[in-house]
Amino acid sequence: MSAKTVKVYSTPTCPYCKMAKKFLETNKIPYQDLNVAEDKAAREEMVQKSGQMGVPVIDVNGEFVVGFNQSWLKEKLGL
Amino acid sequence: MYDLIIVGGGPAGMTAAVYAARKRLNTLLLSKDVGGQVLWTMGVENYMGYQYVEGPELMQKFEEQVKQFPLEQKIGQGASTLSLSDAGFEVRTEAGESYQARAVIVATGKRPRQLNVPGEERLKGRGVTYCAICDGPIFAGEKVAVIGGGNSALEAALDMVKIGDHVYLVSLTPLTGDQILIERAVKSPNLTVLLEHEVLSIEGPNRVESVKVRDLKNGAEKKLEVTGVFVEIGLVPNSEAVRQIVRLNRLGEIEVNCACETGVPGLFAAGDVTNVPEKQIVVAAGEGAKAALAAHKYLQRL
Repeated sequence: MSAKTVKVYSTPTCPYCKMAKKFLETNKIPYQDLNVAEDKAAREEMVQKSGQMGVPVIDVNGEFVVGFNQSWLKEKLGL
Repeated sequence: MYDLIIVGGGPAGMTAAVYAARKRLNTLLLSKDVGGQVLWTMGVENYMGYQYVEGPELMQKFEEQVKQFPLEQKIGQGASTLSLSDAGFEVRTEAGESYQARAVIVATGKRPRQLNVPGEERLKGRGVTYCAICDGPIFAGEKVAVIGGGNSALEAALDMVKIGDHVYLVSLTPLTGDQILIERAVKSPNLTVLLEHEVLSIEGPNRVESVKVRDLKNGAEKKLEVTGVFVEIGLVPNSEAVRQIVRLNRLGEIEVNCACETGVPGLFAAGDVTNVPEKQIVVAAGEGAKAALAAHKYLQRL
């Protein structure tokens, strides 16, 4: 299984963001955590790339999913 | 075939699961998520045993306790329909799976109410949000509209005046939230309160650009230039899956008696989806316990 680049666009107060990050950690998937509440550049990148203004947005090798969608993540990450 | 299927994984459903498992009922817990509405609650100060706990953390504790007991769980999909079958009940999930049980507890809670105006569905996640605590920070420095007049709307508006450029609070009625919040809102210099205004539409090609509202007092229409719309107009019960077989009150809540019975033998309901007064974590948990014990008694008599 080749390594995937995973980014999580999140805010510190969002419960589904926490669940998504916990899920990745449990499955030992390294990810980049982008706090869009603080990081304006990341916020713009999220909106530009995904068209979404709601968190979490998860990027797996350039494909996006909105919200914490476990089955999507499992499929894309080959879990 | 299970003895019992519990639909919903909030405080009512998880408490019911623990009680059912301790009665050695062959139980399936089926839920869209674990924690329900409590996940969106920042601080809880009135759940006994915890002086202060964050909602998601409390639900994690519930989940850990459920996992202490032998119990099957299917998390990630909700129930789409519940129907009567020869053996008892059939629950069909959103993904089309089917499960059978002799008794069912519906503990599906509530979800945010939608405005049902043009543009809302199309611009969901593109400026329209129902989770102010999640998505609020994304709109830092921008102009936003908060729709509603209760505590949730006031809290969202007060959060947004701190980080946003300007906030419009649009309410159909006079503000109904706590006086302390109303006073703080009225004093905020970058907050405009529009009382007795209705939302007509949300506009923008692929992102929210404006909201059209109408003043109910004189019929005048106004366009608010905003990039975010926070819908905080209350909750609706997730009772659609059972609406064919049980009695709902005018709010759409499942009517139950004091033993959590719906009137359909073997079908019980607990928590915020029911007509039981006071939507509180501790009340929902207690109702979940009652429903599981009632289901156990019912199954013994079968």
